[in-house]
Amino acid sequence: MFKDIEHLIRLAVVMGIALVAFVLLRAAVVPKSFGEYGHYRGNAIAEIASLPIAHAGREVCEACHVDVVEQKKLGKHVVVPCEACHGPQAKHADDPGTIKPPKIDTAVVCARCHEANSAKPKGFPQVASVEHSGGLACDTCHQPHKPKIGTEIKTATGGKR
Amino acid sequence: MDITRRRLLLLLPSAAVAWKFVQAGTPEAAPNYKTSEHWWGMLIDITECIGCGSCVRACAAENDVPDGFYRTWVERYHVTDYEIERPQVDSPDGGKEGFPLNQDASGKNFFVPKLCNHCADSPCTQVCPVGATFVSPDGVVLVDKSYCLGCRYCVQACPYGCRFINPKTNTAEKCTLCYHRITKGLTTACAEVCPTGARQLADLKNPKDPIHEFLRTHSVQVLKPHMATGAKVFYNGMDGSVR
Repeated sequence: MFKDIEHLIRLAVVMGIALVAFVLLRAAVVPKSFGEYGHYRGNAIAEIASLPIAHAGREVCEACHVDVVEQKKLGKHVVVPCEACHGPQAKHADDPGTIKPPKIDTAVVCARCHEANSAKPKGFPQVASVEHSGGLACDTCHQPHKPKIGTEIKTATGGKR
Repeated sequence: MDITRRRLLLLLPSAAVAWKFVQAGTPEAAPNYKTSEHWWGMLIDITECIGCGSCVRACAAENDVPDGFYRTWVERYHVTDYEIERPQVDSPDGGKEGFPLNQDASGKNFFVPKLCNHCADSPCTQVCPVGATFVSPDGVVLVDKSYCLGCRYCVQACPYGCRFINPKTNTAEKCTLCYHRITKGLTTACAEVCPTGARQLADLKNPKDPIHEFLRTHSVQVLKPHMATGAKVFYNGMDGSVR
């Protein structure tokens, strides 16, 4: 009955070797954390979580710039976070001595929020800057940390220490 | 084995490569953060958005997003009269530098910030052939760029157009909900800089998060609910014309 099966045994041996090779290769190639939580590399989560941050967050800013906090409390800009206007400052927060935030051009920064646009919510304060100031920098008249004219706290450096 | 100068020179590069692998295997773990205790989403209040583009600029700076690509962007809608099915939408440079004056002030005009919806049943992760993109245990859709082939299946699968191929790395990229920030107890870069509070990070598993009170008391929608993606970016005050 089982005559002339030598060629089948040879085939089975070859397939067995191929299977072992596949299993070994797979074990070597697939990362250890693959499948830890699902069909993906589990370590990827911690890798993405360990990326460096660029924005320090307003609590970090306010820990040092106490005078600005006091000034902002008196005006509507109290709700505006520092880095909305000043940009990402995590590097400055890590090394305040050497890395200084760039000077802000108020004619550009203020206009981003306050330039009149029909799509903005109706109650939001807006001006057409050409008519309002003729392109003058906004901090000529307004103190950005406390924008209502006539109520600002006078500091020689405009809120900076 | 004697360490000769020649052998040492041969060994150094391989040691360097080996050390890199050792470092890659042990990424810095975020202390006190348990993925099982969070389920992240976001709340966007359209009635508060002023289209300043702070979120788009902050996102680009925080995540090193190349010019001309956006992990988040702001759209301006213009809907005339009853033409709710045909809104006019523009988003110059993703709204990064704000919006030019809309000459036609008639009809309805409003801004809609967009980002990845971090779907609970995300179409984009289902199509990935290699397991390079996934929903993390805390509900954030992430891309493992060391595993991504750049096949673009996920870019096509996302119904919200939230993915792109980074031209530098040739891998898929998208909003990570600032995973490197929220795991450290910070909010996302876009929510951090939003001057009106129109964007708020929400932890749906945290019973003390104000999101629960907000969802209970407001008429909130998600984008494309008919696609059953389980989107977790909730929009307050959204018009029916928003796609």
